[in-house]
Amino acid sequence: MQPVLDVRDLSIELPRDGDRRHAVEKVSFTVNPGEIVCLVGESGSGKSVIAQAVMGLLPRALRAVNGSIALEGENLLAASEERLRDLRCTRMSMIFQEPMTALNPVMTCGDQIDEVLRTHTKLDNAERRRRIVEMLAQVNMPDPERVYASYPHQLSGGQRQRIMIAMALILEPTLLIADEPTTALDVTTQAQILELIKEIQRARGTGVLFITHDFGVVSEIADRVAVLRLGELVEFGETETLLRRPQHAYTRMLISSVPSMIPHSRPRDPDALVVLRTEGLSKVYGGGTFLRKGHAVRAAENVDIEIRRGEVLGIVGESGSGKSTVARCIARLIDPTGGRIYLGQDEFAGLSARQLRRHRHRIQIVFQDPYRSLNPRRTVGDSIIEGPMNFGIGRAEALQRARALMDLVRLDPNSLDRYPHQFSGGQRQRICIARALAMEPELLIADEAVSALDVSVQAQVLRLLDDIREKLKLAMLFITHDLRVAAQVCDTVAVMERGRVVEYGGVQEIFSNPSHEYTRALLAAAPGKDWDFGAFEAA
Amino acid sequence: MTAQTDEQVDIAAAAAAAARKPGIFRRMGRSQSVIIGAALVGVMLLIAIVAPWLDTIDPAQIDPTYRNRKPGVERMITLPGGEQVRHVYWMGTDSLGRDIYSRVIYGARISMVVGVTVAAISVIVGLFIGLISGYIRWLDGVIMRVMDGLMAIPGILLAIGLVSLWGAGLFTVILAIVVPEIPRVVRLVRSVVLSVREEPYVEAAISVGTPTPLILVRHIMPQTMAPIIVQATFICASAILVEAILSFLGIGIPPETPTWGNIMAEGRVLFRIHPHNIMYPGVFLAVTVLAINMLGDGLRDTLDPRMSKRI
Repeated sequence: MQPVLDVRDLSIELPRDGDRRHAVEKVSFTVNPGEIVCLVGESGSGKSVIAQAVMGLLPRALRAVNGSIALEGENLLAASEERLRDLRCTRMSMIFQEPMTALNPVMTCGDQIDEVLRTHTKLDNAERRRRIVEMLAQVNMPDPERVYASYPHQLSGGQRQRIMIAMALILEPTLLIADEPTTALDVTTQAQILELIKEIQRARGTGVLFITHDFGVVSEIADRVAVLRLGELVEFGETETLLRRPQHAYTRMLISSVPSMIPHSRPRDPDALVVLRTEGLSKVYGGGTFLRKGHAVRAAENVDIEIRRGEVLGIVGESGSGKSTVARCIARLIDPTGGRIYLGQDEFAGLSARQLRRHRHRIQIVFQDPYRSLNPRRTVGDSIIEGPMNFGIGRAEALQRARALMDLVRLDPNSLDRYPHQFSGGQRQRICIARALAMEPELLIADEAVSALDVSVQAQVLRLLDDIREKLKLAMLFITHDLRVAAQVCDTVAVMERGRVVEYGGVQEIFSNPSHEYTRALLAAAPGKDWDFGAFEAA
Repeated sequence: MTAQTDEQVDIAAAAAAAARKPGIFRRMGRSQSVIIGAALVGVMLLIAIVAPWLDTIDPAQIDPTYRNRKPGVERMITLPGGEQVRHVYWMGTDSLGRDIYSRVIYGARISMVVGVTVAAISVIVGLFIGLISGYIRWLDGVIMRVMDGLMAIPGILLAIGLVSLWGAGLFTVILAIVVPEIPRVVRLVRSVVLSVREEPYVEAAISVGTPTPLILVRHIMPQTMAPIIVQATFICASAILVEAILSFLGIGIPPETPTWGNIMAEGRVLFRIHPHNIMYPGVFLAVTVLAINMLGDGLRDTLDPRMSKRI
C-alpha cells in the first residue's frame, strides 16, 4: 500500500542567527490512508515547521535542504508554486489552531467554503450550495442553512473549528493536516472535535497528520505517534506500544511528566487556620447606567469558598466560567460588586484604595503568561525587590532576601541582574513565584500559572509550588482549566460554570464521585482519561 | 529522565534568546535612513552652532549701495572692528543689501531652536497629560474632550491671535506651534498606556503595593519612549516648516531677525529677477525637514518594527 504522505530524511535549515542549525533534521515518517499519525513535541520541536513544509507554506527564511516529501508518490519539495496551489484543498488540506483568525471575519462561512469550490471545481451555483450544506451537516452543525449565512463572530470557537474542518474536507483530500486544532478550545468542545475528526476520517479513509503537544489527545486519536525533540525525531511507533513501552529516555520523560487523573491523597489538618473565606462574592459587569439600559454579565455569582493554611483550593472550569474573575476579585485587582472576602480576621472587599495598599502584601498572584508578567526593561532583581521596598525594606536587605528566594525557586542567585528575555518561560515563571513570595503572602493565587508551559517544565513548576507550600505552610488558590493539574495539586476543588460554583468538595470525592452533571461532563471530556501516563510496562 | 536535562534545555533556550536579541544601537546603525538622516541633521546643527566662524558677516547689516547682487560677487568690506577684508557674497545680496549667505547660515539657528524647543515642550507636556489620561479612567473623558478642542484650533489663526496680543517674537511662534501639537502626543501616549496598563506586569506591580505615580513612571512610561522619540522627530520637522510659513506670512519672527521664512518672504517680491533669494533658504529648509523625517522613519523602523508595517 502506498502511503499518503512519505517524509524522508527531511532537513530544514534555520537562518544563520537562529538558536540551532536546523529547525528539523533528518526526519522520516509516513502517513497511510485512513490513519491518524500524531506529531508530538514541546514548543520549538519543529512540529509546525514540518506541517508548513508539507503544505508548501514555509516562511521565506526557512529552506528545506535535504530529503523529500512525497504526497501519494509526488515529491512536493520539487513541485512548482502553481502545482502546490492546485494540490492544496484538493489533495491536502490544513486546519489551524486559532479558528477565529483562520476565518475571514467579513465573509459569511458559506461564502468562504464556496470560495474553495469555485477555485477548484466547475460546479454551478446550486450544486455548490447543495454540497456545502451537506458538508456542514456532516460536521454536525445544527441548522446548516443558517450557518451558511452566518459570519464567524456569530459562531462559537468549536463551531468555527467545524467550519474549518468542513472547508478543509469538502474536496475530499487524501491528506488532512491538523495543527493543534483543539488547543484553543474548551475541554468539552475539544472532545467533540476530536470525535468528529475521527469519524469523518474513518468514513472517507483520509490520512491525518495531527500535531499536538498533549499526550491525552494522542491517546484518544492517534494510530501511530512520532515524538520530536528539538527538530529530531526520537521515536516513531504504534500509539499503544509507544505509550506503554517507550524506548527513548526523552519519550519516557515526556510521558511521565503528564499529570495523572488519579487525585493524590494528602492528609488534611482539620484544625488548620482558615486563611481566606468568601461570602456571596459576586462580580457583575455592565448593567447599564442611569441614562442607558445595558446587558448585565454576571461573571461571578455568590461564590463561597474557604482555604486553610497549607492547603490548595482549585477552581476549575472552562473559559468564561468566571474562575479568573474570582481570583482577580480576591486579589482586589478588580473590585467585587457584592459579597465579602475575609482574610484571616480582616474584611478585604470593603477596603478603600489607601487601606488596601497597606494590605496588598498579604495576597500575591502569579499570572499565566510568563512572557508578559515581568517588565522587560527591568532586571529580575529589581522586579523581585520592588514589593518589599514599597513596604519600607532597604535595598540591600531586599536584595539579600531576593537571593535567598532565587535559591528557593532553584535559580542562580547571581542572575538577579539579568533581564527577563535572558530566561526561558519556565524560569520566568519561577521568577514570578519568587516575586510573589518576597512579599511573604498569606495567600498565593496561581491564575493558570502552568498552562502556558511545556509539560516537562510544567511538572517542574508544579513540584516547586508543592515544595514551597509544604515549606512555608502557604495557602494557595489554584485556577486551572486542566483537570489533570487540579488532581495533582489541589486539596479541595470548586467547579465553576457560568459564574456559579456548581460543585465544591474534596478532590478525592469530586474526581471519584462527581455529583453535578457539569462536573461529570468535564471529567468525561478530559482527553486520555483512561490512561495512567507514566505507568510503563517493562519492555 | 531527571529534571537535570530539562534545566539544561532551559538554559540553552535562555542563552539562545539572549544571543538573538541584538542591541538597539546596532540595529539603528544598520538602518540607512537613520545614518543619512542623523548625519544631515548633525551637519545642520553644527552649522547653526558655529555660524559666526563660517565666513559670515553681520546678517542684519544693511547696505543700500549694494542691493540685489548676483551670487558669487566679491568686494572689500569694513568689519565692525574697522578692519578691511575681502568678502565673497556666495548667495548674493537681498533688496536691502544684506548678505544672503550669512542670513541663511544664521537662519539655521532659529529653525533649530524652534524645532527642538517645540518638540521638547510638546513631548514633555503631552507625555504628562497622556499618562494621566490613559491611566486614570475618570479623568480620561474630560482630558480628551479638551484635547479635541485644542486640535480644532488652526495653528495659523492661533499665531495671528497671539501676535496681535503680545506682538511677534520667538516665544509667540513656539507657543502657537506647541498648542496644536500637544493633543497629538497625548493621543499617542494614551493609546500606549491603555494597552500597557493591561499587561500582567503592571497588575503584578499593583499587587505588590506600588503607588500609582511610581507605576506610571517605572512600568508604563518606558514603553511610551520609542513611539514618542519617533513622534518628536516628526514634530520637530513640522515645527521648522510651520515657523518658516509663519515668518513668510509676516506673523512669525520679526523681519530683521534672519530666519529661512523671513528671507523667503523678503525675496518674494523680486522672485522672477532674483530667484536665488528664495532658492537658497528653500533648499536648506527642504534638506533639513527631509533629513529629520528620514531620521524619524528610520527610528520608527528600528525602535518599533510593528509600526512600520502599518504604513
